[in-house]
This record gives sequence, C-alpha cells and structure tokens, in this order.
Amino acid sequence: MVGRTGPLTGLRVVELSHERCAFAAKMMADLGAEVVVVEPPGGSVQRTYEPFVDDEPGPERSLWWWHYNTSKLGAVLDLGTAEGADAFRSLCRTADIVVEGEDPGRLAALGVDHDVVRSGQPSLIWVSVTPYGRSGPRNGWQATDLTLVADGGLAWSCGYDDHSLPPVRGGGNQGYQTAGIFAVLSALTAVLVRDAGGPGQFIDVNMCAAVNVTTEAATYEYLVAQATVQRQTCRHANPEPTTESHVRCADGAYATTGFPPTQARQFQAVIDWLDELGCRDELPEAFFLEMGVQRGSIHLSEITEDPEAREIFGTGRNAMRLIAAKLPAHEFFRQGQEKGMAVGAILSPEEVVADPHFVERGFPVQIHHDDLGRDVTYPGLPFRCSAAPGGVGRAPRLGEHQDHLFQLGTDPS
Amino acid sequence: MGSSTALSHIRICDFTGQLAGAGATRWLAAMGAQVIRIEDPTNHGKWDILRGMKPFVDERRGLELGGGFNNHNVEKLGITLDLKTERGKELLAELVQVSDVVSENFAAGVLARLGFPYERLREIREDIVYVSNCGFGHTGPYRRYKTWGPIVQAMCGLTFGSGTRQGPPAGFGLSYMDHHGGNFMAIAILAALVHRNRTGEGQWVDMSCTEAGATLCGPALLDATVNGRPLRRPGMPQSNRSQHPLMAPHGIYPASGDDRWVALACRTDDDWRAIGSVIGAPWCHDESLATLGGRLAAEDELDVLMAAWTSTMSDRAAAQLLQAVGVPAAPVQRPAERIDDDPNTAEWGLWPSVEHREMGRVRVDGEPVHFSETDWSIEAGAPVLGQHNDQVYGEVLGLSASEIDELRDEGVI
Repeated sequence: MVGRTGPLTGLRVVELSHERCAFAAKMMADLGAEVVVVEPPGGSVQRTYEPFVDDEPGPERSLWWWHYNTSKLGAVLDLGTAEGADAFRSLCRTADIVVEGEDPGRLAALGVDHDVVRSGQPSLIWVSVTPYGRSGPRNGWQATDLTLVADGGLAWSCGYDDHSLPPVRGGGNQGYQTAGIFAVLSALTAVLVRDAGGPGQFIDVNMCAAVNVTTEAATYEYLVAQATVQRQTCRHANPEPTTESHVRCADGAYATTGFPPTQARQFQAVIDWLDELGCRDELPEAFFLEMGVQRGSIHLSEITEDPEAREIFGTGRNAMRLIAAKLPAHEFFRQGQEKGMAVGAILSPEEVVADPHFVERGFPVQIHHDDLGRDVTYPGLPFRCSAAPGGVGRAPRLGEHQDHLFQLGTDPS
Repeated sequence: MGSSTALSHIRICDFTGQLAGAGATRWLAAMGAQVIRIEDPTNHGKWDILRGMKPFVDERRGLELGGGFNNHNVEKLGITLDLKTERGKELLAELVQVSDVVSENFAAGVLARLGFPYERLREIREDIVYVSNCGFGHTGPYRRYKTWGPIVQAMCGLTFGSGTRQGPPAGFGLSYMDHHGGNFMAIAILAALVHRNRTGEGQWVDMSCTEAGATLCGPALLDATVNGRPLRRPGMPQSNRSQHPLMAPHGIYPASGDDRWVALACRTDDDWRAIGSVIGAPWCHDESLATLGGRLAAEDELDVLMAAWTSTMSDRAAAQLLQAVGVPAAPVQRPAERIDDDPNTAEWGLWPSVEHREMGRVRVDGEPVHFSETDWSIEAGAPVLGQHNDQVYGEVLGLSASEIDELRDEGVI
C-alpha cells in the first residue's frame, strides 16, 4: 500500500497506463484512492520519456514517470495473451473505476473493451480519454499535446504582440492535463451517482473538446459578440489591443503590475511608495496621483470620455511600472501586496516550491528515493482536506506491486 | 433533454463568483446539482465583476448583461440575501442546514467576518462540506494577498514556462487558472462528498489557486529538484519545442495567409520518414536527420526548412497532408473555426444554447465529456439578480409568499 488516508480512500481505480490518463489517475491516487497502474511487459512507454535522473535513460530513471505516476501501485500484465486479458478483466472486477487512454478499437481487438468488461459488471465506471472522443469525425487523427492545444484554440490566445512570431503552447502538457482534470471530474461525479443508487457508466472524454472549453473569453467573445481575440505579450488576448502589464524588474526577472490603481487609497499608496523609494522626481506627472486621491475614484467608463480621468489612470499605471523597474521582482510583489495591490512576480516552478509561503503551507513535499539515497522535492496536493488530506508517494517501479494482484486473486501466473 | 440526474440529490449553498469559483459550481449544475447562488442585494451582486462586463449581445449594458457571467453561471438558481442583517444570517443558517456543500472564493476571511467560519457552519450542519478557494489559501504569510488569474499564473510557475524567446514570457493569454481553479475546486467538492458518503464526516477544504496551478507545471520541476537544472536558465523556456518527451521537428510553423499557423509533432523516426515522403525534398533524406538525436542537433535548421515548406500552403492543407500519413498536425484554430466550422465540436454538441431572461438565446461552453447514463445538460442561462427568490425561499426554506414579501420590503433579499 502506498497509503495515506485521503478523501478518496476506499475507492479502487485501475489505470491502463497511458500518457493521456496518467495525470487523472495520479490525482485520484494522491487523494487517497488505491490506483493500480497496469503496464505492459517491459514497462510503460512513459518510462522512456525525458527528463532522466542525471540524464541517463532507464526504466526507473524517467522523471516524467515519477511525476505523473505518484502514489500508484504498479503491476505488469500482457493484454496480448489470453491469461493477461483474463487477469485484466478480473482486476477490473475489483475496481470502482477504470481509466484508460487507448485509441478506439485497440481494447476491443484484445477483448477487454468497456462494453465487454461492463456487460458483467454494470456498476463499473469506465473513463476513456482520447484525442477526439470515441466516435467523432476526427477519430483516427493523430495528436500530441502540442497539436491538441493548437486545434482546441488555446494556442491562438497565447504568444506575443509581434504576430510574426508564432502562437505559443504553454509548457507543462496543458492539453493532456486539462483532459485529465475533466476525467477526474467525471469519475468522481459518477461515483456520487452510484452512491445514490444509480448505475455505473461509460464516460467518453474528448481531449480536444476539453481544450476548447478552457479558453475563457476567446470562446465567449465569439459566442456572444462574434469578436475574435488577438494574442498579446504576457497578458489577456483581446479583440482590441490593451496596454502592457509586465515589467522587467531590477534583478532581470519579470513582474506583472496587475490592474492600475483606481481608488483614492491606492493612489495614496502609490505616492507613499514612490517616496519610500525616493523616486517621485522621476515621474514629473506625479501630481496626477494627488488629483486621483482628491477625486476619490476613477470608473473605467470615465477613461474614454474624461481627459483628467485618463491622465490620472495613465499616471497610476506609469508609477507602478516605474516602481517595478526599481525593485527585484519578488520584492515588488511583497511590497505591493503589503500595500493592498494585486501584483505578482513571475516565478519559475523551482522558485515556487522554495518560496516561504508555499513551504509554510506544506505544499512542496519530500519523497524519499532509496535509489538516490535522498529526498526529492515534489509538488504537493492542489488543495488541503481537513479530515483526510491524502498525500503524494513515490511512483511504482516496474512490477513493484505484482503481489498486490495475488492479494486480489487476479495474478495470471 | 431536461436536467441531468447525475447530482440532482446534491444541494450547494454557493457564494462563488468570477470564473475561478463560478466555474466549479457550473460543472455541478450542469450535472444536475441544485446550485443556489447567493448574491448581495445591497450592491446588486457587483462583487462578481463579470456581471456587467463585456462581451454583450447588443448595445445594451448593465449588470444583467455580462456575457462571461452568463457563460459561467448556467443552470444555477440565483437568490439575494443581505448577510449584514440578523434576519439574513438566520436565513443563511436555515439554508446551510439543508445543503450538502458551502462553496466560496472570497478573499481569505471574508465569510468568517460575515459570521460563518467553518466552525459555525459545522455547528449548523455537522457533515457540511465547506470548500474555500482563494489565491494563496487561508494560511501562510501571503494569505491576505489579493490575486486574479494573471497574478495566480505568474506566482505558480505557469506564466514563466510559456514562451519561445528571450525577454518577457508569453504567458497564457487568458485567465487559464480561473478555469482550472474552478475545476480543481469542483474536484475538491466532489472528493469531499465521496468522503462524506463513506465516513459520514464533513470537512473544510482550503484551496489555494496558486498551489493548484503549481501542480500543473509538469515534469520540469523534477528536472530542477533532482538534476539541479532549473527552468530559469539561458535559452528557456522553449515551450513550442518538445521538452518531455523529446521530439523533432516539433513546433508551430507559419502557413500561407495572414497570421496562419500549423502545429506539427514528429514523434518517431517513422514519423520523420512519413514527413519526408510528403515534402519530397532531398534534404528530408539526409542520413543525419534519420534519427532523433540527429534531428535534435539540427533543430534550428530543421525549423527553418519546415517553415519554408508549411508556408507554401494553407494551415489546413498542411495538417491534412501530414495526418494522411499518420503524423500529428493541426491548424492553430481561430475561435470562429473551432466553434462554427469544426465537425469535432459540432457533433459533440459542445456549444449549447441557453435562454437568459434579459439576453435571450445565447450559446455557451458545453462539457467535453459524455456520460452513458446520466449525461450533462445545459439549457438555462445564468439567473438575473434574485430570479429564484420565490422558489428557493418558498420551496426550499418553506416561507410563505407574505413572509417573502416582507423580506423584500425590509431589504433582506
């Protein structure tokens, strides 16, 4: 047992190892479900994915595998043999949820598709994660995270003001992870249906559709007003251009200045901040900030019509940019937030898990690796459950929990 | 159609707003849960800034006409309640008593100051599931800091990881973490209900949207914590390139026409031979490009050659030529294309129409999943302010029509 009690403790999940559903099963495992990830002989192809420990490939050295398969139990089954397929069907009989990411048709050819397995077990919840859904018109199209993010519209909104540069796919496999999130939403919803006396079911997750509905205003600007957003550097894509919100700070890192001040107390805070840094002189139009204090507040609707409001608003923005350029990015974030302004530093992932706030909350977790002889820092859980928190455990070695199948009475050997 | 029956036995006492919170209860409402959205009558629900924000269906403006608000609040009931009044507090207590869940994404501490910290909620109903979602969570040095989507994305590592050149990151051109903040919050609610059904125990789930975002940065973090190779290093990020697993060529390349792009990913040496057969140029048969190592070593030159080929044809033509030989490729679709001209989304039913009392018939996001037994349903638009006061105070809390009138007269609702 990898076992830390979490909100999903008591649920049994079988994952047929696949990069499309690994993240979904990881989330359920971290939240306390017993997840058996089933690999083919020789191991999941994900064990060949970079990065590797010390850059040396090897089935137990893939950091991709480590990251996306935490807290799972690992077992090997050869679905290409009658015994292996039998064992898989037996394993499914012990499960509440099966999650898989195979191309439509593959499992049917092996005699282990959802309709076969579920026919004798109507209470089973089966979640299929495929690039375009099980029966859609694009079924058969090849896809990777990159092509899904392009096809589903996320890439259209991301990139730079300079449109001779291509749209950008954000890092971290967001297309895959978005589909994984919807797979978990679906699986847990289906558990509650069953808890209330309802049946199990088959759930078809369409990865490209998942990206489509994760594009915010790009979609509803079009649905509602037939407008098309245009990508901009480091800020919201919008039908009309908006002003920059990122600043290169004194340490070379970037910060985001958020939304400029509009309230009297914010204008006063900006004046005080300029004075603290001794740089009010560098902003000749700083008197507009005092007019902002006297005026009380600025409504956005006034900016287009009232020249004075426009100047005050613009000066507030320029003051924030000036201040950000004077300070290291993280210091700008701390000082700004202490003054009540929603600003941020653009941190890299390794800086996030070293940041005192997240450390104090216990977000980064240390997992011991015998093979390395040391602890490794991993990202923790997305939220804290007071009654049963769950927790993150090391990903399984190849066949590490084969005896678990014996215990379940489903080992083929 | 008609409402989904999946979660029709679940009632949510819902204070969420914007997308980061409203997105959570949107999923639950689409799955048939009775989501009762509570708004403050003294400021006309303005706390949710999307109420009056663009896009708009026509020239009309106002707090009932925000297109994003409608999109995020479909299938919910809307009531007004002034929690600063004693009678308002009594009514909320009555509502909590008959609810399974209390959900909110106020700044940390707001609901407690209104008189309803978790301890009080649990007094009212012992097994209540309380899920709070704010930028930095309810503990830690940043707990009072304010965020919105772009600040969360900056502070969690996602913005940093999105870019293709030196200089400011491209980031995400949307409040990406409002989507997934909402989705993770929904997972928290569902997981806590699963736990309650198994143990009888309620709980408080404290979600920090920034931490949720930090779980989405992918294996790059372990490359830093295991190999000491931070993402903040010269030449990074290059997020259109393959990262993990390695592939080449891999990127978004220009197609003919203005701001037209095609994404393609060469996963294997077989994919490379297939690409060569489509391009048919002598350089494709260069021995040095036959292996992944060779292609990675020549990635810059390869990108130039691929771009020269893709720019001779339309984005769709390039994608189709490559898909015809089994290579993952897709145009960077614009909103109009993926919404109005895409059989994948059309046959899925991804853009349902809802009826909104003021806006009329409007299309909205659907869900990227289908359930075989209890599928989602989205037909009703977002509620106008207090639209369901009679229904909720009458049918759920059992007040008479005259009692409800009295509440109206006193300004409690």
